[in-house]
Amino acid sequence: MTTDTKSTGGDVRLTGISKTYGSFTAVHPLELTIPQGSFFALLGASGCGKTTTLRMIAGLEDPTTGTVHLGERDVTDLPPYKRPVNTVFQSYALFPHLSIYENVAFGLRRRGVKSVKKQVGDMLELVQLGDRAQQRPHQLSGGQQQRVAVARALINHPQVLLLDEPLGALDLKLRRQMQLELKRIQTEVGITFVHVTHDQEEAMTMADQVAVMNGGRVEQLGAPADLYENPQTTFVANFLGTSNLIPAEIVEGASEDLVVSAGGGKLRLPAGRCQASTAAGGRLLVGVRPEKISLVHADDAGTIPDGRNRLTGTITASSFIGVSTQYVVDGPAGSGLQVYEQNVERDSRLAPGAEVVLHWNPAHTFGLGADQAIDAGTQKVEDAA
Amino acid sequence: MVLLRWIRRRLVVFAGLLTLAYLILPNVIVMVFSFNDPAGRFNYAWREFSTAAWRDPCGVADMCGSLSLSLQIATWATIGATVLGTMIAFALVRYRFRARGAINSLIFLPMAMPEVVMAASLLTLFLNLGAQLGFWTVLIAHIMFCLSFVVTAVKARVMSMDPRLEEAARDLYAGPVQTFLRVTLPIAAPGIAAGALLAFALSFDDFIITNFNAGSTVTFPMFVWGSAQRGTPVQINVIGTAMFAIAVLVVVVGQLLARRRNRAAQP
Repeated sequence: MTTDTKSTGGDVRLTGISKTYGSFTAVHPLELTIPQGSFFALLGASGCGKTTTLRMIAGLEDPTTGTVHLGERDVTDLPPYKRPVNTVFQSYALFPHLSIYENVAFGLRRRGVKSVKKQVGDMLELVQLGDRAQQRPHQLSGGQQQRVAVARALINHPQVLLLDEPLGALDLKLRRQMQLELKRIQTEVGITFVHVTHDQEEAMTMADQVAVMNGGRVEQLGAPADLYENPQTTFVANFLGTSNLIPAEIVEGASEDLVVSAGGGKLRLPAGRCQASTAAGGRLLVGVRPEKISLVHADDAGTIPDGRNRLTGTITASSFIGVSTQYVVDGPAGSGLQVYEQNVERDSRLAPGAEVVLHWNPAHTFGLGADQAIDAGTQKVEDAA
Repeated sequence: MVLLRWIRRRLVVFAGLLTLAYLILPNVIVMVFSFNDPAGRFNYAWREFSTAAWRDPCGVADMCGSLSLSLQIATWATIGATVLGTMIAFALVRYRFRARGAINSLIFLPMAMPEVVMAASLLTLFLNLGAQLGFWTVLIAHIMFCLSFVVTAVKARVMSMDPRLEEAARDLYAGPVQTFLRVTLPIAAPGIAAGALLAFALSFDDFIITNFNAGSTVTFPMFVWGSAQRGTPVQINVIGTAMFAIAVLVVVVGQLLARRRNRAAQP
């Protein structure tokens, strides 16, 4: 039994790990290294294999192929109760027949720790539930139960803490609060956190690194800002935030800036931000984030500086959401283009039906291979995996 | 008019009280007649108040012997049926195996089959096996028919159990045995207890199956039946009243303990 879990650190390494149930492949062979001490998120829609991956690290699921290493140690064949890994379960899985105190003390007692009183007391203070020690889980609110679940796992000083949609059952405000709280705890204790979530905002605010999963595979891995700015697939482009993807054809390739034609107009984008072949005549999906785009009325088109990408169109819908206004624009290049404008100076002519010109810095444009579904990742499933 | 409205508003209360009376009246009669001093051998008509039977509950020949036998059989049948039934319930809920569906329905057979048919079949079986009728044949029969009730009670509980609780226990360093003893069993306990109480009550008062398979052994229900042919001693009412009082006491104490535990857990 591993009692000395603090000293032996190390990365979590998944090597060629996969899981199949009968003819269904939940996780395709996967290579993943989770650096020690990092806050790592597995992000994806329900059924993408993220929870299965997490359960294989915990030992609750046997991988069909591949190995799991914690540092130098191969733990693939160890049962969950022998792994220096603890889990915060979805819906918490607190023991209903035990008090909060005994719930938190459970792991220590099973490892034969004699005096648990001080440790449990300290841990309950850390999650601000010192006065609830003698209550039962059902007497606590959702947020409090969530904190007990975290305390129950953290008290064992695991090498890795696994969180399976830990905030899914909380309302929005509490979720924001707990996100900061978890991030604070992680920074404080320095334990590797692996966090499974379907909420892209949650993954981006909390994690140092995010692996976006889709259909049992990791689509892309990177820091949140990197994933957002440089999506490599349409799935990532659509699943993380919103992207405007426009089918286009390369007119001039092979230079530093590509020139493409879309809907009769010409757009430029840096060749370095294009994931597909840059040869002239090839087809592309040109992408740009809604907040990078500026919007002017067609009468003022002359005020747009030179060198910007331009598209013409008609506003079909606009919604005012306080800090910004979101417009939907249809044009020859594409329909349903999204534009987010900060509400600094509002132009009252920008209403549905108005002729407008969209323009943005070509450096903010990215290119994706045209062989993928343009709407992959747009159908976000809100319920948990 | 006013009276009619008054009654109509309290119709639910009246219905409740009437139902309660309907349920409790037989017990009250048993209790009252345990203090009777009957004229003849039959305790069917009230004559005068007496505590004679209460002061000498075992005053009737063979009655306390049959009572003790019934309690023993009920205890062992409860233990046997509860252990087997709990295991069967877990197997049926947790594991997918061949013939699981068939077993699931066959388990209900003893509940559905007329008792007298089962009693006769069992007797045929025991006689063909050359078994000596008595304590053991009765016990085997009781475990058999109690089993389906225990399985039903425990299964309902196990089905509503979150399997993540056991995963959480394993994740928190509890091995298979510890997980079962510290998480699975305590959470399934209310279902198991309900099944055990049901088994005890069913075994204790079973007459038909017991009568067929007891040979020369006499259990308490058989004694009551037998004596009713020749006269009903007041002591039967005494035992009945005592059983009723003990049952009520167990329920009340259980409720009080549960309430106190809940109150202690309040902030």
